[in-house]
Amino acid sequence: MNGKSAVTIKGVKDGLVFLLDDQCDFVSLLDELQAKLDKHEQQLAGPIVHVTVKLGSRQLSEDEKERIRSAIRRQGNFLVQSIESDAEADQAAGRKNALHTIACIVRSGQTLEFDGDLLLLGDVNPGGIVRCTGDIYILGALRGVAHAGYPNRPDAIIAASRMTPTQLRIADVISRPPEEWTSSEPWMEFAYLRDGVMALDKLTHLHHHRKEVLHFKGV
Amino acid sequence: MGAAIVVTSGKGGVGKTTTSANLGTALALMGKKVCMVDTDIGLRNLDVVMGLENRIIYDLVDVVEGRCRLNQALVKDKRFDELYILPAAQTKDKNDVSPEQIRKLVEDLKPDFDYVIIDCPAGIEQGFQNAVAGADEAIVVTTPENAAVRDADRIIGLLEKKGISSPKLIINRIRPNMLKNGDMLEIDDICQVLAIDLLGIVPDDENVIKGANHGEPTVINPASKAAIAYRNIARRILGETVPLMQLEEKSGMFGRFKKFLGMG
Repeated sequence: MNGKSAVTIKGVKDGLVFLLDDQCDFVSLLDELQAKLDKHEQQLAGPIVHVTVKLGSRQLSEDEKERIRSAIRRQGNFLVQSIESDAEADQAAGRKNALHTIACIVRSGQTLEFDGDLLLLGDVNPGGIVRCTGDIYILGALRGVAHAGYPNRPDAIIAASRMTPTQLRIADVISRPPEEWTSSEPWMEFAYLRDGVMALDKLTHLHHHRKEVLHFKGV
Repeated sequence: MGAAIVVTSGKGGVGKTTTSANLGTALALMGKKVCMVDTDIGLRNLDVVMGLENRIIYDLVDVVEGRCRLNQALVKDKRFDELYILPAAQTKDKNDVSPEQIRKLVEDLKPDFDYVIIDCPAGIEQGFQNAVAGADEAIVVTTPENAAVRDADRIIGLLEKKGISSPKLIINRIRPNMLKNGDMLEIDDICQVLAIDLLGIVPDDENVIKGANHGEPTVINPASKAAIAYRNIARRILGETVPLMQLEEKSGMFGRFKKFLGMG
């Protein structure tokens, strides 16, 4: 150890955050953690305290995470809520933003599922399903079921050149035309959740809802 | 080496067997050597529609299980010398044969015929799997009803998975007056949803039912509209360019038919 402690404990509103150094090796990190917990045994006694462990850029196997958990758990009143790694968060974010481009017709009985956003060059026919964790953009006719933001991203949208779906789903909201809305507009439309209710708008209005979709267009 | 074409639809009652019988007969009429294979084991109909029921000695299952040679099971048509059918068994069911066996059977038939027309049973289960196993091409039959179009869509998806990537579409039993009044699905709309090539349209015609009951495929009698439609489809299968039938104007259609005769 070069003087600087590998384990920093911070108090936050709803418990403690353990910041673990991501440069030193795992064994010495674990020793240091044990030592620190033993040293503060008296001070740390009391009611249940929620602990969040932050690993920095270090990536750990489930086994190693369990060793950290059990080390902290020895201190009777500590409850490990989560073990977070920046690397994993980055990966998750990267996946979420991935755009898959597919050219096909999703026919009755077929399901297209993706992690991320989907650009479909083709139709979705009645009885066909497209399901994504992110947005769905369809260059073609949407006649089947589209489920964007699956299972829980209410900010996702569904855009289609021809919007005549049997059902639209965003996150956990399910809606069906024409009882809940109708679309016979000549322009391209997208569906989104407005206060938890399915709504349709012109595609040219998308930038009002989704600032981040916009890219710099030059001067 | 001939081509094996499966006639399928998913939904029952849209006219697979009628289409198979009429296309097979039309191709024979044009001088091709044709064998029609009925894969609807347990519910065979093709022999009835062709009026050949009383000539059956052996059937498809007998061939597959080695009780007879393939040639022994083929039933020669009473009207055409180069038209044969291989009837399905009526006492067994679809699970008694495997796709592999049908594939082998069709492979054995192909060298001897120009066209092997495979009549597929309704549904997407074993019977369908058997029927498509040996096919090189597929014809999907649908009617202008939503339910039939949905099933056709499903079937096209399954055919793609089987490696038959560009099936052809026949829209059967169109009623021109309902179409005109907008009470029936438009042909264009059906083609747009299914997104495959249209091989032909066949109007609803009482002569089809009459013919089937007499064991006489409609296509033989050129006086009916459906017969002309089936002949047109057969011509397209042979590679001719034939414009789509005009359903409403009777005289126009008749005039064109005369022109075909002149060409043929």
